[in-house]
Formats: sequence, C-alpha cells, structure tokens
Amino acid sequence: MEAEAAKLIGAGLATIGVLGSGIGIGNVFSSLISSIARNPAARGEVFGLGMLGFALVEAVALFALLIAFLILFA
Amino acid sequence: MAGPLAQFEIKPLLEIRLPEVLGGYDISFTNSALWMLLSISAVSFFLLVGIRKRESNAPGRWQGSVESCYEFIANLVNDNIGEEGRRFLPIIFTLFLFILFGNLLGMIPYSFTFTSHIIVTFAMALVVFIGVTLLGIFTHGLHFFSSFVPQGAPSVLVPFMIVIEIISYLSRPVSLSIRLFANMMAGHTMMKVFAGFVISLGAATFGIGAIAPLAMTVVLTGFEILVAFLQAYVFAVLTCLYINDALHLH
Repeated sequence: MEAEAAKLIGAGLATIGVLGSGIGIGNVFSSLISSIARNPAARGEVFGLGMLGFALVEAVALFALLIAFLILFA
Repeated sequence: MAGPLAQFEIKPLLEIRLPEVLGGYDISFTNSALWMLLSISAVSFFLLVGIRKRESNAPGRWQGSVESCYEFIANLVNDNIGEEGRRFLPIIFTLFLFILFGNLLGMIPYSFTFTSHIIVTFAMALVVFIGVTLLGIFTHGLHFFSSFVPQGAPSVLVPFMIVIEIISYLSRPVSLSIRLFANMMAGHTMMKVFAGFVISLGAATFGIGAIAPLAMTVVLTGFEILVAFLQAYVFAVLTCLYINDALHLH
C-alpha cells in the first residue's frame, strides 16, 4: 500500500475515537435534562456543572481529532 | 486559497536574533507575541476603565461587567477552594482573563489565536503544575506525597495504584494544555474548512450550494465564541481543583 493512502486511512480510523465522546456528551446532557426536570430549582447550579462536564468530554474527542491532524499534516 | 492550517503560521514581524555568545536563539517579535500583547492591553483597558473614578456613585454598565467578571471568578475560587483560596484569586483571575481574551480576539477574522499553539498553553499549564506541586510540598512537607497513596484500597493493589496515581498526576499539565490548544485549533480549522466549502461549492453550483455551508459557518462562529468562554472557564476551574487538592490532601 502506498504511504499516502495509508496516511489517509489512518487519519480516518483515528476519528473513530470521537464515538466515545459522542456517547459521553449524550450522557451528560441526558442527565442534565432529567435532573432539571426533576428539580427545576436546581437549574442554576446544575447547569454550570453540566457545561463543565460537556467541555471535559468534548476535549476527549479533540484528542482523537488531534491525532488525525497529526497523521495528515505532520 | 490558503489551507485550513495556514492561519496558525507564526510569522516574525521584527527579526531579533541573540548574538552567538548567548546561544544565537531566534527571539523575533512574532504575530503570536503581538496578539498576546494586544490581549493583555485589552484586559488592562477593560479593567482600568471599569474601575476608574466616576462622578456619580451609581456604577455604570462597564463597571458592572467588570464587577460581575470579578465576582464570577471569586465565587468559583470560593466554591472550589474555600476561604483560604482567596490568596490564589489573582493568579486564577489573570489566567482566566488572559485565556478568555486570547480566545475571543482570535475570533476576529484575520487575527491570530495564540492559544491555538501548544507551547503557549503548555507553558501556562506547566506554571500551574509546578506552582501547585511546590504549594503542596511547602504546605504539607513530605506528607504531601501521601496523596499518591490511595486510602481504603486492598494492600495487594496499593503498589499499582501508586504508579497509576503518579502517572495521572504527571499527565495533568499535558491534559490541561492539550484540552485548550486542541479545542482552539480544531475549532478554527473546522471554521476554515466550512468557509472553504462556501467558495468551492458556490463556484460549482452558481451560488446555490454556498447557502448551507455559509449557514453552518455562522452557527460555528457562535459555537466557537461559546467554546472560547468555556475553555477559559474550564482552565480556571481545573486550576482551582488542583490547588484544592494540594491544600487539602484527601
């Protein structure tokens, strides 16, 4: 296989890691919604935590994306 | 057309080279340094105008935004570290505003996002990491290293747990810096890719195909402004958590 083709396939495979972060973000927001639905008074407190969880999970996806970029351009 | 990664290129604006005696390093004034200076100037302007003496006693909108910004971080520090965290408020406030303004200034078209370079974020994360470690050692002495020993674990597992704890401790600056850098880099690359679609699809379909990517670019711009704020917030929160860990061992 040519090195260039292997690079493209590798970069594509690296983005599979985003899968886990997709599940994670879904989990974060589903818990956020259900907790706000159960106790709407807690919205202010819970929302900040939810955003923090979202940012932390999203960063994991970017690690995978970073590997893809490194394979493609470095 | 410039590629999606061309926006991250560091260009020297003022070539400065140290003499051979001092190692001959290239210390040119680059666009990265320029935007860091602009960010600091913007923060100073924002704060100094907000706290200037006013004729009336009623605070205006500008002062209100400066105060709410301060209170936001003060509450964050108070919630995460507690009362003794007040002495760390200056460093956390500085880090937060520097990163926030760097991210937001980077959203201006044709500007430069210095937080999208790993060396910048890694330097900041390393300052936090070394500072927190020294803080822990000075506060607790050698007792600080007991934080690597998990409590309540079966004694067979303790050696492995210690290794894992040390690795996770040492990976803190790496994850802290990569989170910020990767978010900014990936976000700006994605915006550039979609902006490129506007031109290439628009040229192929007489302008009709450009509508969808253009709408997507608008959405992404809004999302990137949210991310710019969120990542500065996350950096500040994690710094607070690390300081809290060093102050209160388990």
